[in-house]
Amino acid sequence: MQWLNTILQGILLGGLYAMFAAGLSLIFGVMRLVNIAHGDLIVLAAYIALVTVQALGVNPLVALVIVVPAMAGIGYVLQRGLLNHTLGDDLLPPLLVTFGLSVIIQNGLLEVFTADSVKLNAGAIEIASLQLGGGLAVGTLPLLQFGLAVAVIAGLQWLFYRTALGRAFRATSDDQSVAQLMGLNNAHIFGLAMAVSLAVVAVAGVLLAVRANFDPSIGPARLIFGFEAVIIGGLGSLWGTLVGGIILGVAQAIGAQLDPGWNLLAGHLAFLLVLALKPEGLFPKVQG
Amino acid sequence: MTVRVEHSNPSSRVGVVIVAVAFVLLAVAPWWAERASLWNLLAGYAGLVSVGQQAYVGLGAYVLFGLAMLAGVHPLVAIPIAGLASAIVAIPVAALMFRLRGHYFAIGTWVMAEVFRLLASQVSALDGGSGTSLPAAVVLSIAGSRQMREFVIYWIALAQAVAILGAIVWLLRSRYGLALTAIRDNELGARSNGVDVARIKYLLYVAVAFGTGMVGALIFLQKIRISPDTAFSVNDWTAFVIFITVIGGIGRIEGPIIGTVVFFLLRQTLADLGAIYLLILGAVAIVVMLKAPKGIWGLIADRFGWQVFPLERRLVMGDR
Repeated sequence: MQWLNTILQGILLGGLYAMFAAGLSLIFGVMRLVNIAHGDLIVLAAYIALVTVQALGVNPLVALVIVVPAMAGIGYVLQRGLLNHTLGDDLLPPLLVTFGLSVIIQNGLLEVFTADSVKLNAGAIEIASLQLGGGLAVGTLPLLQFGLAVAVIAGLQWLFYRTALGRAFRATSDDQSVAQLMGLNNAHIFGLAMAVSLAVVAVAGVLLAVRANFDPSIGPARLIFGFEAVIIGGLGSLWGTLVGGIILGVAQAIGAQLDPGWNLLAGHLAFLLVLALKPEGLFPKVQG
Repeated sequence: MTVRVEHSNPSSRVGVVIVAVAFVLLAVAPWWAERASLWNLLAGYAGLVSVGQQAYVGLGAYVLFGLAMLAGVHPLVAIPIAGLASAIVAIPVAALMFRLRGHYFAIGTWVMAEVFRLLASQVSALDGGSGTSLPAAVVLSIAGSRQMREFVIYWIALAQAVAILGAIVWLLRSRYGLALTAIRDNELGARSNGVDVARIKYLLYVAVAFGTGMVGALIFLQKIRISPDTAFSVNDWTAFVIFITVIGGIGRIEGPIIGTVVFFLLRQTLADLGAIYLLILGAVAIVVMLKAPKGIWGLIADRFGWQVFPLERRLVMGDR
């Protein structure tokens, strides 16, 4: 029973990891950009939520109404103002610029908010739980998080395959120059892709802030979790990313159950195992 | 008529003088220049952009501490063994990491370094996550007094810097260096001319792990204290190194040395600012990458045709 509970908690945690991963996967798919600052942007979103909650006195989940558009705006400006200039055949510029961005965001947050860890309080929902019978219970909040993660991924799937914008994303992903010949403005499309990516980051950041303590230094670990979920699930597959996140979450939960020191290690080992046995991931779609 | 290949040009002959100056600069900061030169070789020449080189800094350091504290090996003897151990570990790690391409390789190496860090904090013989210090007996075995010890370690560090830089120059002048330069300039072109790109990259990754492990061992021998968080720190051992290399000029052997000088000037003037200093360093690196992707040395070399190290190859027709 204890193990069943562990696995259940792992699955719910996996939803959050899938959300870390979805934004990363999306921009890689559209413009072959790996954003090293992704984790720090998640933390930035958490701090924007903190400021919103403190200023307006609203519930963190209501603060999403402000955080999501704010992050999407930051994403668009960031892409058009900075990251578009790094795209090209050379791998190094995007990598280095987003790495620099990561250091800037981390130390900027450190300067403004100090290294103290903080947490958002979502009120009564935090301690509410749902009895499943047989001594099993799941927290309402983790369940809500998982539901949101599934909804976000379903939404992205719909956006990608059912809308004009999604068609534009897929077209630039397939061939940038032909997409441009067909009248698409790639710079604008990339800006929108980053905006969507950071809107997902905003949801993930708020959920992270409600779930646990955070401080300016935790970004890189979030990037790594997201990255592992992408690789386990297979590049370019959104539902695969969800499964990747769940596998990572379950591996961590089982590791933590065995020995608290094995929590993160078990997740990394699951990732390395997939890399060794099935390097293209479990549900591959595009070739990197 | 004969055709000769010449390595030097007038500026590189003058360069010998500049090398002497460079060594003085190296003397100020041997470790930074070593680390940056090694990373430059990996990323600048072979296109292997790794964000996880702290894995080998920490591994080398932990091997040294383990050998000195648990096996009673003299710490100075343990330095080359630490390098060797890093190279041996790098063999399977590279096999796994090379399955990831480009950007994903970068983050993959970072995961690997995290795995090393978490494993190091499980080693209870070296006090796990809280870290440990070298016992007095081991410290005294290097030299009797503190002053003498720092003197010894400093000169070893300088000798190591000269050796590593010398090895890099030698490597780049060999046929492997020609292959590496070809990979840097155009990987596809290099491959179609018969360069075994995958094998060269693999060998280079392992060789750089060897050097990085030795540097890591020496850095922590000087610090005397080790903990998983300091030994495998991404900021200390990788972020700064990347910034130094990019600011100085990636893909050129002089770049990391110039970058180290700039890094230290910035640190001297801005260190009191704390987090702001790192913020400025990150911003400078971004601006350099966007506005002058070849770095400071790239600008100088293109403008004046200088080269400090005689690496270029020119065909000279006829007898001189």
